[in-house]
Amino acid sequence: MAWFRRSKQNIQSEGRKETPDGLWTKCGGCGEIIHRKQLEQNLYTCPKCSFHFRIGSKEYFRILLDDGSFSEMDKKMQSTDPLNFVDTKKYSDRIKETIKKTGLNDAVRTGTGKVNKISVVVACMDFAFIGGSMGSVVGEKIARAIDKSLKTRYPMIIISSSGGARMMEAALSLMQLAKTSAKLAQLSDARIPFLSLLTDPTTGGVTASYAMLGDLNIAEPGALIGFAGPRVIRQTIGKDLPKGFQRSEFLLEKGFVDMVVHRKDMKETVARMLALLAN
Amino acid sequence: MSKTVTDFERPVMELEKKIEEMRKYADNLDIAEEITKLENKVNQLRESIFANLTRWQRVQLARHPERPYTLDFVQHMLSDFVELHGDRQFGDDKAIVGGFGTLGKETVMLIGQQKGRDTKSNVYRNFGMMNPEGYRKALRLMRMAEKFQKPIITLLDTPGAYPGIEAEERGQAEAIARNLFEMSHLTVPIVVVIIGEGASGGALGMGVGDRILMFENAWYSVIAPESCSSILWRSWDYKEQAAEALKLTAPDLVEQGIVDRVVPEPPGGAHRSHEQAARILKEILLEELGELKKIKPEKLVKLRIEKFSKMGAWKD
Repeated sequence: MAWFRRSKQNIQSEGRKETPDGLWTKCGGCGEIIHRKQLEQNLYTCPKCSFHFRIGSKEYFRILLDDGSFSEMDKKMQSTDPLNFVDTKKYSDRIKETIKKTGLNDAVRTGTGKVNKISVVVACMDFAFIGGSMGSVVGEKIARAIDKSLKTRYPMIIISSSGGARMMEAALSLMQLAKTSAKLAQLSDARIPFLSLLTDPTTGGVTASYAMLGDLNIAEPGALIGFAGPRVIRQTIGKDLPKGFQRSEFLLEKGFVDMVVHRKDMKETVARMLALLAN
Repeated sequence: MSKTVTDFERPVMELEKKIEEMRKYADNLDIAEEITKLENKVNQLRESIFANLTRWQRVQLARHPERPYTLDFVQHMLSDFVELHGDRQFGDDKAIVGGFGTLGKETVMLIGQQKGRDTKSNVYRNFGMMNPEGYRKALRLMRMAEKFQKPIITLLDTPGAYPGIEAEERGQAEAIARNLFEMSHLTVPIVVVIIGEGASGGALGMGVGDRILMFENAWYSVIAPESCSSILWRSWDYKEQAAEALKLTAPDLVEQGIVDRVVPEPPGGAHRSHEQAARILKEILLEELGELKKIKPEKLVKLRIEKFSKMGAWKD
């Protein structure tokens, strides 16, 4: 019990929502203290309020794909810092540090795998890598994954989690929106299904390209999904935003996602859809 | 003469003013030689200033309030322009104009983002910031152009897609994504020209084409330098450094393999003569469209997708 209570909530921290390392973790939704094992068993969702924790590609592949079916593509691909970008830090240093910290080479991992024995090409973004931002590497890996899908005719699945295009590659990052969308047009012309899975958060350039272009757009509950970030909108219009604005349920209501699916039901849902499309 | 003067243009403007004053008395006095000398000096000065513009200075020129906008190019480049309105779903976005017109001898579909010149017209045009219905209007017009086999020209000039509640409700992201997707496999030639500000997804949402042209003093990037400064430096004061870091000018983008061709501007910038800027662009457009016309539709689409597939830098 707190013995001191704020009368007004004037300071709010966004809080870190990444998968924690400690034994116990606090739910970002209801504040429940959850044991790590229990959280894992519950696919990183709160057993009490169903809050979906942010997870990485490693966890998501385990949730979505049949055991041992994942085979990674372009594992070593890295950014070259084409613009020699420097802000308060060199971009090349930022990449090196992030690679060391996360054990990932960039913000997306791609490959082939199976969902209930159905072969798929799959890509999953990692928010932990510079905010899941899309630069040349993300664009190229997704483009190559789509090529793989075109070649094998396996359905394509992309799990998005991103703050948008990566600023440190400037216009080259921007062009990845066009690049990935153009490849998806090819995939669509070849009549190969593309399922876009949207997780928290999916904003900016990723939403404005492949994340919104699924034959089916499927969102996890409560995920922030939008073009402009809420802070920018608040600044522009000078008003508070309505409750639930830009969340999955809001997008379902407005007609931009087909369904909102709990992480525990995601694999079944994807498999059922793929079976329906294949038969 | 230009009413708005940027700092770096001032020395040129001051000399030009002096020459104009001298001209008034030229009939009475024998100062023709003097004037010619001064004119040469002005030209030299202008050349040296414009040859060494910083990236931030170019951003300022791209935003110059007297810069030619889409409708100025329409006026000076096309005959018979008929503006078409609405996305047939929600409304008519005034931040974008589009319609059929005649370029040289041929009908083209021209679509461009449109800013206003003063407060009133800027409010009407929403400062050139499009809403989802704007992208959908553009797509409707582009599909019609495809149906009637007319080439498409898009002119980009926007500080960004509008970040508002309603824009999100109506699917700003989906509208932009859909345009990228559809533009990449339209079967008619598309020439994209960045005429002023090419701010991020808001500009790119009409920017997929067979040829990407860019005016000498336009900018094109993933974010405006001010916003980049506020995010990466956590202060609005580093816009000059941000502009440098983003490498957002036309020559930069040619080097990055994004822009095919720089459109030269009249001496002193496009705002000094709309007519001349339009004449230069028209000539280049005719040339590019002439080339693109020779390519078969399926090949055109294939080449366009390949063009964008190559963009970026990575190591395996």
